[in-house]
Amino acid sequence: MGVADTGADSLKLYGVEFSSRLLAGTAQFPSPAILSRAIAAAKVEVVTVSLRRESGGSRAGKSFWTLIRELGVRVLPNTAGCRSVKEAVTTAEMAREVFDTPWIKLEVIGEEDSLQPDVFGLVEAASILAREGFQVFPYTTEDLVAAEKLLGAGCEVLMPWGSPIGSGRGLNNPYALKSLRAHFPNVPLIVDAGIGAPSQAAAAMEMGFDAVLSNTAIARSGDPAKMARAFALAVEAGRLGYRAGLMHARDMAAPSTPVIGRAFGDLSRA
Amino acid sequence: MGKAVRIRIMGAGIVGLTIAFEFARAGCDVELIECREGPGLGCSYLAGGMLAPWCEAENTEKLVFDFGLESLEFWTATVPVAARRGTLVAAPARDRPELTQFARRTSGYEHIDARRIAALEPDLAGRFEEALFFPSEAHLDPRAAMAALAARLSSFGNVAPRYGVDAARAPERADWTIDCRGLAAQDALPDLRGVKGEMLVLSTSEVALTRPVRLLHPRHPVYVVPRGDGRFMIGATMIESEEPGRITARAMVELLGAAYCLHPAFAEAEIVETGAGVRPAFPDNLPRIRRDGRKIYVNGLYRHGFLLAPALARRAVQTVLEDAYFPEVMDAHPRQRQSA
Repeated sequence: MGVADTGADSLKLYGVEFSSRLLAGTAQFPSPAILSRAIAAAKVEVVTVSLRRESGGSRAGKSFWTLIRELGVRVLPNTAGCRSVKEAVTTAEMAREVFDTPWIKLEVIGEEDSLQPDVFGLVEAASILAREGFQVFPYTTEDLVAAEKLLGAGCEVLMPWGSPIGSGRGLNNPYALKSLRAHFPNVPLIVDAGIGAPSQAAAAMEMGFDAVLSNTAIARSGDPAKMARAFALAVEAGRLGYRAGLMHARDMAAPSTPVIGRAFGDLSRA
Repeated sequence: MGKAVRIRIMGAGIVGLTIAFEFARAGCDVELIECREGPGLGCSYLAGGMLAPWCEAENTEKLVFDFGLESLEFWTATVPVAARRGTLVAAPARDRPELTQFARRTSGYEHIDARRIAALEPDLAGRFEEALFFPSEAHLDPRAAMAALAARLSSFGNVAPRYGVDAARAPERADWTIDCRGLAAQDALPDLRGVKGEMLVLSTSEVALTRPVRLLHPRHPVYVVPRGDGRFMIGATMIESEEPGRITARAMVELLGAAYCLHPAFAEAEIVETGAGVRPAFPDNLPRIRRDGRKIYVNGLYRHGFLLAPALARRAVQTVLEDAYFPEVMDAHPRQRQSA
């Protein structure tokens, strides 16, 4: 650690290396052109794409998917909005055909209001997909046991939530997230969902998470390209801070310059 | 004086109709060709008909606002079919941050409290603590508006509408062709894509509204536009898909849920119509006038057909008759490709 840690710092996901640690979602942007500008401004290398079930026809969504492919970045299709194992598996299979990739960000939603993952369904779907040759990125909670079972099912990357999707509440449970990080020091962990501000992304990176995924905070901001860049900088800052080794907080102020021996005391009180 | 310029317009949706109107007013001989059996039966038929440049400014570029103001003038003065009663934007109590965010990104509104809401729309009394009121906005019934335009066209002596005609098989005999076929023009405009939208119409005598109401929601923002006669148009989804198909169960649930949230009496309303169409859009979701010799494409109005068409129509006419150039909606200067 410390001085020895000067090598290249790339993110490795299922054997593929990336220099950017910011992943971006592609939904809710004002237009595909603005999405494209944001991806370029932040030098994002992986984007998630939602395959809605209703647009699974042959011609459906073709133009939009072509635009996504033209971004020239790695596509991570997702099963957003799926509520059952069967639905998620079918959507994943469809995604593999459309985007010609074994990667799948697996979402199995268990609760309509918070869009909280159904970790039981998630583990089941992950093990089905892993057996079918998919490389699964499961969207999960910070639950350690669920994480353990997902790894057992064949996942090599985990995507714990910061807080509910689109809520912008940041890291809701820092203790559990730190604990997750500590339990799985060698598994790539990507904080997904709920990140509302660049500072929250930096905080996740300072905790030692490997990457952050953001969508709503960028897409729905007043200037998505600028916000994407802000996120990229924050993710980089957080990563550098983590690698450099953060100082620990102290209860007492510890001025860096000694005051003992100063010629005069506090004159204003004299 | 020379002979009148002969203009051939392909497509009688909102774009073709407004363009026909402007060319007719300019004294051209206009032939309006539509493959469907009448005017306005494509995706314009399913439009919301909100003339809301300030609301749209929340997440669109300034062009939409500027053109929108021009079109607002068109629909309230030139072809006065719009009611200028403003727009209400509200959010359920738990989604109030959405309202704050919406307000921060646009202008032209008053922040109003429950009492003002009740004064404007008595049936919404007690339902919302606060709302945004955009007093200068207007709305129209798209079908009535297009019928009025078609009627105005037939009052001109120089317009020949031809419905139920395949433009590809009609002989070319015009000085200029204006292609307003919407998504069908994908054969000539490869960067045009379709964005599916779904809507429904409810009928009830238990709710009365006099202006469009937009209900903000982080996942499913929805608008309700009163059509008169106790009918309400509820719209609209936005899906990156080019298959119109029919409305999906999911979209129906989302739209009905929002209507119910606006007023529980909508639960007792009859569903009198459902619809699904595909809007034509370019990658930046902004419209284009594209010139190729003596052919002009006007397309990509996306979800802003009625809000943009009159302003684009005016420019299309100036492009043809005055060789005008509008960089904000045209890709390159026409001088660069005057080969035709």
